[in-house]
Order: sequence, then structure tokens, then C-alpha cells
Amino acid sequence: MRAVYLDNNATTPVEPRVLEAMLPYYREHFGNAASRNHRYGWIAEEAVDKAREQVAKVIGASSKEIIWTSGATEGNNTAILGVARMYAEKGKHMVTCKIEHKAVIDPCKFLETQGYEVTWLDPDQTGCVSVDQVRDAIREDTILVSLMFANNEIGTIHPIPEIGSLCKEKGVLFHTDATQAFGKIPIDVEAMGIDLLTMSAHKIYGPKGAGAVYVRRRKPRVRLQPIIYGGGHERGIRSGTLNVPGVVGCGAAAEIALQEMPTESVRIARLRDRLWAGLNEQLSDITMNGHPEHRLPNTLNVSFLYIEGESLMMGISDIAVSSGSACTSASLEPSYVLKGLGLGEDLAHSSIRFSLGRFTTQEDIDYTIDQVVEAVNHLREMSPLYEMAQAGVDPSTAEWQRH
Amino acid sequence: MAYSDKVVDHYQHPRNVGSMNQSAPDVGTGIVGAPECGDVMKLQIQVDDDNRIIDAKFKTFGCGSAIASSSLATEWVKGRTLDQALQIRNTEIVKELALPPVKIHCSVLAEDAVRAAIADVKKKRERAEADKETVSTK
Repeated sequence: MRAVYLDNNATTPVEPRVLEAMLPYYREHFGNAASRNHRYGWIAEEAVDKAREQVAKVIGASSKEIIWTSGATEGNNTAILGVARMYAEKGKHMVTCKIEHKAVIDPCKFLETQGYEVTWLDPDQTGCVSVDQVRDAIREDTILVSLMFANNEIGTIHPIPEIGSLCKEKGVLFHTDATQAFGKIPIDVEAMGIDLLTMSAHKIYGPKGAGAVYVRRRKPRVRLQPIIYGGGHERGIRSGTLNVPGVVGCGAAAEIALQEMPTESVRIARLRDRLWAGLNEQLSDITMNGHPEHRLPNTLNVSFLYIEGESLMMGISDIAVSSGSACTSASLEPSYVLKGLGLGEDLAHSSIRFSLGRFTTQEDIDYTIDQVVEAVNHLREMSPLYEMAQAGVDPSTAEWQRH
Repeated sequence: MAYSDKVVDHYQHPRNVGSMNQSAPDVGTGIVGAPECGDVMKLQIQVDDDNRIIDAKFKTFGCGSAIASSSLATEWVKGRTLDQALQIRNTEIVKELALPPVKIHCSVLAEDAVRAAIADVKKKRERAEADKETVSTK
């Protein structure tokens, strides 16, 4: 028995090189980066500035445009609530999408209770929102468009450059939650017309509890009203003593991700495609969720028809994956992302997300294929839906006694 | 949340997986749940002339706890009379499998499946009786 980790969209292990970079800032260099008048503070500040450069470089930004946060949830809240409050006089309308992360959906829902209006765009069946949809949604009083760079569950990548230039043309700010895309695929805030961007360290082999939001300083200069008040750190946008080791880890992780992106994205995509090909070869009735091409190199979301996702996870218990099944969520609702694609709830219940990472090997993938195939066959053997389908009855058109 | 050993055992070695002839007069079939809810259980019983359940089979689409609940239910109904089988309560399944609160609905579904199967075979018998009477009065 071995352990295989294919849940890298949930979190990643801290890369040893990143941890090494962080350790001195827990030990001898423990200073407060805001202490301006002694060596301890200077050393911490220098490390923070270096990390700012490292993160900025990944997205073609200037280091002055990087604001440290505790992670992507705070970053998204900072950007969305910050724009809403700062530009309320200009307008109170925003545009976003139904399959964003909860860290975008929930602040937008909160704003709806505060007199703002939000247009919730429906993605197509691949999880993509089109430029035309965004154009049609923008109004005179629109102040922000917030669309994720790539979706965490299915990996679909939005047409970011096109949406960015549309927003420029319309004079509307553009925020993108790039938590899953940062460090995995090329991003350039200038070429793509991005005004605000969220990233998180723990998705790129950095520590949990650290992240950043990019806030454009020129053309236009984006202003945010803070959601946290205090000592005026981070240009007053995010008060609070910096988590210096976390920030250092975030920077180191970003630098490594950028360096390795050209080779890693190819290697990982090849493994992901090997996984899909292996499953598809040995199993009938499976479908891939998300966009077939415009997709993160590491993400594969599959629905295994006629079996339920949690039971499949139980059958491959030494492989860590996640499922859109209701049984794996606290709310007992199946994935709103998969439901949002309009594919039917049964496909959501039967879905598994495999998210590969830097430490995934070909042996891991081959082992996973074997284990999944065995578990799916075991479960279909006892599935009444599979039995119906084999007898030529479509379970989706049958009559059911609902609970 | 870890699964109890008993749930894992039923998942790995489900008892009485299979199907019976749904139209046979001595077979009762209960199908409960719906695919979009994430659970479908099909439970079947074969009943002798003394109303005793001599065999039971199940097929389940659902989580591990749903599979275990239905597997356990087939074990428990075998050898019981229909009236005795109706006494099976979901709370006993919860206890036996150490199901957490979030999985109680799996045990409810299993109880419902047993009841539906019993109701089905009873209905078949009543209909057969009625047919017999119609024939005899002719």
C-alpha cells in the first residue's frame, strides 16, 4: 500500500527549499518589518521587499503593487469589498459568475444586502463565461468585474485578456481570483488588463496563512477602502504586523514556481492526460468535466456514471482526491460548480477531482488508474443505476421516489 | 471523519449483492431514493408461504454508509417473518454501524427500502388472493 496525493488544488506541501528560506525568520531574524529604527526590523523589511519582487515578477507587476494578506479569502474580500466601498459614489453594480470560489461569492452576496447589485453570469457547460456575456452585463453604474482566472474544481481557464481589454474599454475595474492559476500558467497583468489579482502561497508549495493581492498603481491607480484598520501597514490597505516567515515563504514559492513553470506545466499536463487516457481506456461511461483544452495543466475532473463519488473515494482510500458529491460536503449539497454547468445533479454526485502537483510521479498515476478502475467496477457491480443502464433503461428518465 | 470498521467491512465485502426476478410472485422489491439526491437503494426479498423471508438481495448507488446500511438490512431481514422484518428500525442500523449524525439518512433509506419491499410482496399476495376469489366465485 502506498499514499498518493492528488488533491493539490486543495493545498500543497511546503517545498523543502521554501521551508529553508523561511526558517531564519522564525529564529534569528524575528524582527517586525515595521520596526524602522533597528537592525532586526531592517532585516525583516528587506526580506519582505525581496518577496514582494518575487511575487510581482510572476505576474509582470511592480513590487509596489503587492499587498500581503493572510491568503486568498482575505485577498478576494480586500479587493471586492475595497472597490465596492471606495467607488460607491460612482456606482453600485458588479459582475461576477455563479461558479466563483465562495471567497468571491460570499462578499458579493454580502454587498447585495448593502444596497449593491450583482449580476451573476451563468457559465457554459465547460465552465466558461464569454466576453459577450460580460459586455452585455456591464452598465453605466458598473464598478467591478470579478472573474476567476481558472476554476478550482474543473480547471477551466477564462478568456482573461479579452475580458481585461473589454473592462479597459468600458472603464470598469477588473479583478481576477488567480489562486489556482498563479505560478501554474503565464500571467501578465499589463498584457491582460488586470487591475486586481488574488493569490495564495499554500497552493504553490508555500505556507498556509500567507498570500497577496495585486493592486494596480498606474493606468488606472486603483484605490481600496481597507477592511482591516490599524497601524497603516501595506499602504493602509491591510494593517497588521506582517507574517514575515510566511511572506518570505510566499516569495520563495513564487520564484520557484516561475522558474519551473515551463517544464513543470508540460510534465504535469502529460501525467494528467495519461490519467485520463488510462481511465478512459478501461472504463465505459465516464465524462470529463470542464473545458477540454482551456484548462489548468494539473486538473482533471471526471464523472463516473452510476456510482457515487464518496463511495469511490472510500474504495481508493490511499489516494487523496476530492469529490463534488453531496456526501463529502458539510452542506449535503452536491458541488454548486458542477451544478452550475447545467449537467444535472447526478453528474455532480458522481464526480472526482484529481489535481496533480510537483511531487506527482508517473508511478502515482499508474497506481491511481489501477485503483480507480478496480473501485469503479466493484461499485458498478452493486449499482442499481448501472444495472438499469445495462438493461437499456436510462436512469435519468426513470421515475423516482424522492426523499 | 473516519468510517467505522463495520462500514468498511460491508463496503469491501457487501453481503447479498444482486437482483431477483422482480415479477416473481414471491419476490418483493423496494426501490427508494433518486439519483439526483445521491442515493438509490434497491432491496429485494423472497418470501415463502409462511411469510418468512428466505432470501434478500440489494443494489445501492450511494456513499459507503448507504451501501453498508443496505447490506446490513439484507442480513437482518433474512430468516424473519414479514411482521418481524417490519420491526427493524433505522436507529438499530445507526447503532450497529456507528453512523455519524450526517449519515443517519442512509439508515432511514435502508429502513424505507425494507418496508417498500415488504409492501410490494404483500400487495402481490393480496392481488393473487383476490384473483383466486374471483375465479372461485365464477
